[in-house]
Amino acid sequence: MELPTLTHEEILRYSRHLILPDVGVEGQRKLKAARVLLIGAGGLGSPLALYLSAAGVGHIGLVDFDVVDVTNLQRQVLHGTSDVGTPKIASARKRIAEINPHVELTTYETPLNSTNALEIFKDYDIVVDGTDNFPTRYLVNDACVLLGIPNVYGSIYRFEGQASVFATQDGPCYRCLYPEPPPPGLVPSCAEGGVLGVLPGLVGTLQATETIKLILGIGESLAGRLLLIDALGANFRTVKVRKDPNCPVCGTHEITTLIDYEQFCGSPHVGGDPKVSFNVPEITPTDAAARLAKGEIDIVDVREPHELQIAKYPKVTAIPLGQLVDRIAELPLDRDLVLACRSGVRSAKAVQQLQAAGFTRVSNLAGGILRWIDEVDPSQPKY
Amino acid sequence: MPATLFLPAILAKLADAKQFEVSGDTVGELVSDAATRFPALGTRLRDPNGEPYAFVTFYLNDEDIRFHGGFGAKVSDGDELTVVPAIAGG
Repeated sequence: MELPTLTHEEILRYSRHLILPDVGVEGQRKLKAARVLLIGAGGLGSPLALYLSAAGVGHIGLVDFDVVDVTNLQRQVLHGTSDVGTPKIASARKRIAEINPHVELTTYETPLNSTNALEIFKDYDIVVDGTDNFPTRYLVNDACVLLGIPNVYGSIYRFEGQASVFATQDGPCYRCLYPEPPPPGLVPSCAEGGVLGVLPGLVGTLQATETIKLILGIGESLAGRLLLIDALGANFRTVKVRKDPNCPVCGTHEITTLIDYEQFCGSPHVGGDPKVSFNVPEITPTDAAARLAKGEIDIVDVREPHELQIAKYPKVTAIPLGQLVDRIAELPLDRDLVLACRSGVRSAKAVQQLQAAGFTRVSNLAGGILRWIDEVDPSQPKY
Repeated sequence: MPATLFLPAILAKLADAKQFEVSGDTVGELVSDAATRFPALGTRLRDPNGEPYAFVTFYLNDEDIRFHGGFGAKVSDGDELTVVPAIAGG
């Protein structure tokens, strides 16, 4: 296929690329011809969309169905304060058009799933994984392997990140690195565990760099290597990722169609902060506050100590979830205990742990402190 | 054989250290040494059968132990064992 030509305006705009020996006019024309699909317009998707559009990638696809939340703005630099409450796809479109009007943008405001992934992916040369959950990561991987499209991978947690390139011809895939996902709840999401705002900037720009290298065919790709980023230690190191001959998708080819990734990951819900149904007894903040005032219940706050400084429940026993089993003797068996956290997920796990230890009078504070602030004490900040 | 175990932040809190010395002739013995000293860390490094999890990758120096005998991989003096669990944030 013949590469598209550059207009005079484009030649001027991309001049710092054009004078780079490894890019040049031909490289810039490759970028203009390239079709890159970004999965997610969040922490990783933000720098990806900004830099790939600025670099002159001709066609960018963007999959996201989320709405901009004020808590996103600490790291999701694609969106601004005035975008809060609007679809991320809309603020992304506005921002990308401002950065580079030459970019053709296709948006998909839908959750990616086994039904639509192949249909969406098939029109692209490269897929970049900026999702925030395991089911979608396995879905993106398998769809890329099945279609033979490289998957530029990045993921982050607190102060650390990982990046690689999967599903290149003869290269390993995500399943070669992690054959199975962790059980739901073992690895906290960024919404639960926090993330340094610049970290997705670091990892997302690495993904953008790998994407551009693939398009231009220059440099040494991260395919076959996993880059480990430790922001606190200021350490970057790479380790080898080998193609697993027993990998069911890229090795033995047992998997020939997309599967049910929710079931594969054992999770009831896709998303960074799942409203998981744990099937434990619940009490609403309104009811809990009334019973607390009468001295009928004790609240046990299972959040981390640094969270207690942001917003508090009145009169609590504070035991972080990770210490609950070791400190179980501190809790009375003969009182009605209400377990509480930020959003109700950790406290539901706490209820299960106490039930397993023989406690019968335990319930979960529905919606955690976020709902407590809505219903009982609006004087406190949410986080 | 003495070796150095490197933990990511998500696991380091269970040992109060991002890296420390462990001893053993195989990767499995290094992991056992760490698990004995930090039981809460141990359950995150190996399953109830003492086997590695599919979602936690161990690198002996730069090599994934899965392709070098798993926990049976032989350790040399001064090796580095790095634990890389799956993370999904984005």
